[in-house]
Amino acid sequence: MRYGGPLVIVGASYAGLQVAASAREAGYEGRIILVGAEDRLPYQRPPLSKGFLSGKVCETDVALRPESFFDAARIELELGAKATALDLAGRSVSLSDGRHLAFGSLVVATGSRARRHPALDGRAGNIRYLRSLDDAKVLRERLAAAREVVVVGGGFIGLEVASSIRGLGKEVTLLAAGSRLLPRAVCGEIAGFLLRLHRAHGVRVELDVVVVGVEVAGEHVRQVHVNNGRSFPCDLVLVGVGADPDVALLASAGMCGPDGVPVDQFGRTDHPGIFAAGDCTLHFNRHAGTILRLESVQHAIDQAKVVADALVGRDRSYDAVPRFWSDQYDTKLQMVGLPGDADRRVLRGAPEEGRFSVLHFSQGRLVCVQGINRPADVAAGRRLLATGRSPPPALAGDWSRDLADFLANEAPRASA
Amino acid sequence: MPRIVFVSCDGAEHAVEMPVGISAMAAAVRSNVRGIEAECGGSLNCATCHVYVDDRFGPLLPAPSELERDILTCVAADRRETSRLSCQIVLTPELEGLTLHLPEVQS
Repeated sequence: MRYGGPLVIVGASYAGLQVAASAREAGYEGRIILVGAEDRLPYQRPPLSKGFLSGKVCETDVALRPESFFDAARIELELGAKATALDLAGRSVSLSDGRHLAFGSLVVATGSRARRHPALDGRAGNIRYLRSLDDAKVLRERLAAAREVVVVGGGFIGLEVASSIRGLGKEVTLLAAGSRLLPRAVCGEIAGFLLRLHRAHGVRVELDVVVVGVEVAGEHVRQVHVNNGRSFPCDLVLVGVGADPDVALLASAGMCGPDGVPVDQFGRTDHPGIFAAGDCTLHFNRHAGTILRLESVQHAIDQAKVVADALVGRDRSYDAVPRFWSDQYDTKLQMVGLPGDADRRVLRGAPEEGRFSVLHFSQGRLVCVQGINRPADVAAGRRLLATGRSPPPALAGDWSRDLADFLANEAPRASA
Repeated sequence: MPRIVFVSCDGAEHAVEMPVGISAMAAAVRSNVRGIEAECGGSLNCATCHVYVDDRFGPLLPAPSELERDILTCVAADRRETSRLSCQIVLTPELEGLTLHLPEVQS
């Protein structure tokens, strides 16, 4: 069902931009208004924890599209404007500057926010989070004068920042609450490899420690205290303890809870003409067999394309294979699929040589491939997952055989 | 500044001039050339900036790295002898007129 009035997209990062671009490309003729809370053109986020901190990438390098793109595609930009309220009956959103935007269709692509740490938040100016380009610029400035950095969190942001700033010669201590790194995202083999990698590069990694407080002198944290009585001196703290969906707009209209925006396979909320895409959505993911939220560039882009198609009446289900990457030092971690309730793992390659992959199977069916410097395995895994094929687990570990061989016709097609 | 010509699969040509040192992928993105997605921003983690290098220019380019060759295995369109990831093609004065053919799909 179509409504008169413009397409308003709230959120101008990967998902929001992609909805706008793909809808126009697909022939959407009406006005498209892209609303972004930050007063800048959409930009790449992955480099912010990597090349941007290490100085290899500058601000002009991270633009996702040049300004001329928006003119050419007739996408109207409302940047530096936060959508503060949603009037469902009147079909309009209110902006922070007091204006109201009427919409025919609305897409919420508000993404996620850095989760705050209860023992650290607001305690001092040298406690930083990393989500936006502004965050990254401040962090980079502070790093210039810093000598000892404490990174709180053993997730992707923490590990990538640790990697980037070790390269700048800073002393880095990484404090992780779990008994291993990346406890939810990767298997033990990969986590163990990354722990050894960071320690080999001189990062002091402490596992099983929870930050309980800080010692502040003046306006600066000087030490971070953890739950086993130890303290770590620092002149800069970077907190990377996860992200929460930014759902304020829809939650205020009673359309969702704090865990995310429920959408169907077309990206539709249960309110007619209102869609959502990207980090903020709770969706049934075919590759996980469950409802979940994904935080990744790939998910933002692919779900946005599905929403754009739905907006022009070409409904198709979202079923892209989940993909994720993380570059740390010279090491490439890549993942396809989701491990979910995998019950068997098969190792390919040689962890001691820094080149291996782990294949995750659930009831004999391939569900995920995680690779360290093994892009060929991950690429083959992606094609296997997309076509629903599985190598037999007993044969999959044979490193001398290309994983792509199992794409051939004789490979058994799993019954999903 | 070297001139690069992107040829879309319907034959339309899009010529752009870009400074030496940037990648062909970045040149396409900055010039609004359609048909290059560049999902990972040039970090060798996706395969959505795939191009076919025109035969005249293949010999002028350094060979792809092992990493690039691995990633080329998952391009969405046909992989050919001339397939490259445009994020790995760095513009040099010698590449004046570099002609890159765009595949039908990137993802």
